Amino acid sequence: MTSGCHVNYDGDKTTTKQTRGEWTMQIGIFTVGDVTTDPTTGRTPTEHERIKATVAIAKKAEEVGLDVFATGEHHNPPFIASAPTTTLAYIGAQTEKIILSTATTLITTTDPVLIAENYAKLQHLTDGRVDLMMGRGNTGPVYPWFGKDIRQGINLAIENYALLHRLWREDVVDWEGRFRTPLHGFTSTPRPLDGAPPFVWHGSIRSPEIAEQAAYYGDGFFHNHIFWPPSHTAQMVNLYRERYEHYGHGPADTAIVGLGGHVFMRKNSQDAINEFRPYFDNAPVYGHGPSLEDFMESTPLTVGSPQQVLERTLSFRDYAGHYQRQLFLLDHAGLPLKTVLEQLDLLGELLPELRKGFDEGRPAHVPEAPTHGSLVVAAGGAKDATVYAEADAVTGSSDR
Amino acid sequence: MKKIVVITAGLSVPSSTRLLADLLGEAAERAVEARGAEVEVETIELRPLAHQLADHLLTGFPSGGLATAIDQVRHADGLVVVTPVFAASYSGLFKTFFDVLEEGTLDGTPVLVAATAGTARHSLVLDHALRPLFSYLHAVVVPTGVFAATDDFGADGALQKRVDRAAAELAALVAGSSTATPAAPARTLVADELASPTPFEELLKRASEGPPQY
Repeated sequence: MTSGCHVNYDGDKTTTKQTRGEWTMQIGIFTVGDVTTDPTTGRTPTEHERIKATVAIAKKAEEVGLDVFATGEHHNPPFIASAPTTTLAYIGAQTEKIILSTATTLITTTDPVLIAENYAKLQHLTDGRVDLMMGRGNTGPVYPWFGKDIRQGINLAIENYALLHRLWREDVVDWEGRFRTPLHGFTSTPRPLDGAPPFVWHGSIRSPEIAEQAAYYGDGFFHNHIFWPPSHTAQMVNLYRERYEHYGHGPADTAIVGLGGHVFMRKNSQDAINEFRPYFDNAPVYGHGPSLEDFMESTPLTVGSPQQVLERTLSFRDYAGHYQRQLFLLDHAGLPLKTVLEQLDLLGELLPELRKGFDEGRPAHVPEAPTHGSLVVAAGGAKDATVYAEADAVTGSSDR
Repeated sequence: MKKIVVITAGLSVPSSTRLLADLLGEAAERAVEARGAEVEVETIELRPLAHQLADHLLTGFPSGGLATAIDQVRHADGLVVVTPVFAASYSGLFKTFFDVLEEGTLDGTPVLVAATAGTARHSLVLDHALRPLFSYLHAVVVPTGVFAATDDFGADGALQKRVDRAAAELAALVAGSSTATPAAPARTLVADELASPTPFEELLKRASEGPPQY
């Protein structure tokens, strides 16, 4: 893969922190940042413990060779996932290679101006190791807390992203829309690093409109692929692929697809089942519902040996086609940090075989997921995008 | 070929709810055929789906037989729905099935409502509980509902008369549904959107329609 790399525009020497590796698939983890009681001990971590654990997990992800760490965004207990760019910048300062991403950024309730500013800033601080995934959020009360209405969820996602897309691409934006006060002569700062906006994925479990949106822009489409049956994922991914081709971005099999995944591994598969069952049975979302066995059969959840995880993961291509990014959920439902770090070790040991498997039978024309480095190259090279202004315009001369 | 789906929420075997459902299903079949249309009647027992319904409430997706049942309902030209009366209303199992249907699934669908109970004192449950539920779901409820107390299954033929009248009303809507233009367009389901996506320019236009929201 080509990882995040800030291309130095200062002179003709091009420096990249990362060069192309041996593999094509991005493999990483994503977290929702839930603070959940460990059902086996009855202990609930403090916010501070969970926040620090998230950082430890991200650093470990880089250490074992993963390509992506993505954090969710929530604005209510039991989550510690507010202020995602603070978390990602802190992790970015302590890592070298891993791509920092989101799963998801709430495009509905967050001001697109703040998203434009925060993630462009993160690009600069991490030398381009940033992309993000747009999502709507399904917690009803969060919307009114931010002055929005969940019934307008799709409309908010569509209009807010249209503004965000312009803020990163046009130095001066005039905007009038339905969901945000107008902007006149507005410049979002800092400008994207090297003049290349971060790559954007759009995530949705069951709204075809979001697959359509991703296809229209030629952005990536990510399916959560955890809570729903694979047949549903396949429908959404296929729609995105068809529409990506329809909008002229390239053949359907070159569209940029990401999938989630949910695994728990031990060397011995029965050990994995026994250890994970209490976490599954009490998990947020699906806990106290279907049995672990039923859920493994009806969704992509895999609890078992590394070999079982390998085989199941590589089978995702059977219905999603060759894709670009695989993110695993490892750290939820009250699993203690120690266990999560062990899971990361196991995933790290599995990586060479996963990468080899993903490359098998992969046609040469199927692209890798865009990175800062590849986007800069595609744009014809890095250019400084700083917008300079007169001092008076900055301080506001009319007040004096 | 028209398709009528009979949904029955009886719990015991045999169940008087199932008995009434069968009477209504057979009558509906005869009534549609009498109008010169071909019809297929399928019966869904909710009892075996009870676990999957509870799972759906928690996971948000239907599994196994429940997914099949929801698909049958989505493609039905008309429904016959029969519930036992529990605590002066439809049973929780019966309601749960309609709770998990995607919004818009029953838009414009003709529905015959029916219920069973131990005593005729519960008969207004049709008008106080079932009709409002199916009105909310934008279904078209036929004027005659069928309530059967235990002693209605006797021999005087009054129950069969009501069954036949209700079935005839359902048949009139079902047999005519291929030519009739619906009064209002049905809401778009996810399956419709997947089959025929709204072009992005239209989504953008829709997003910006309406009064400012800031």
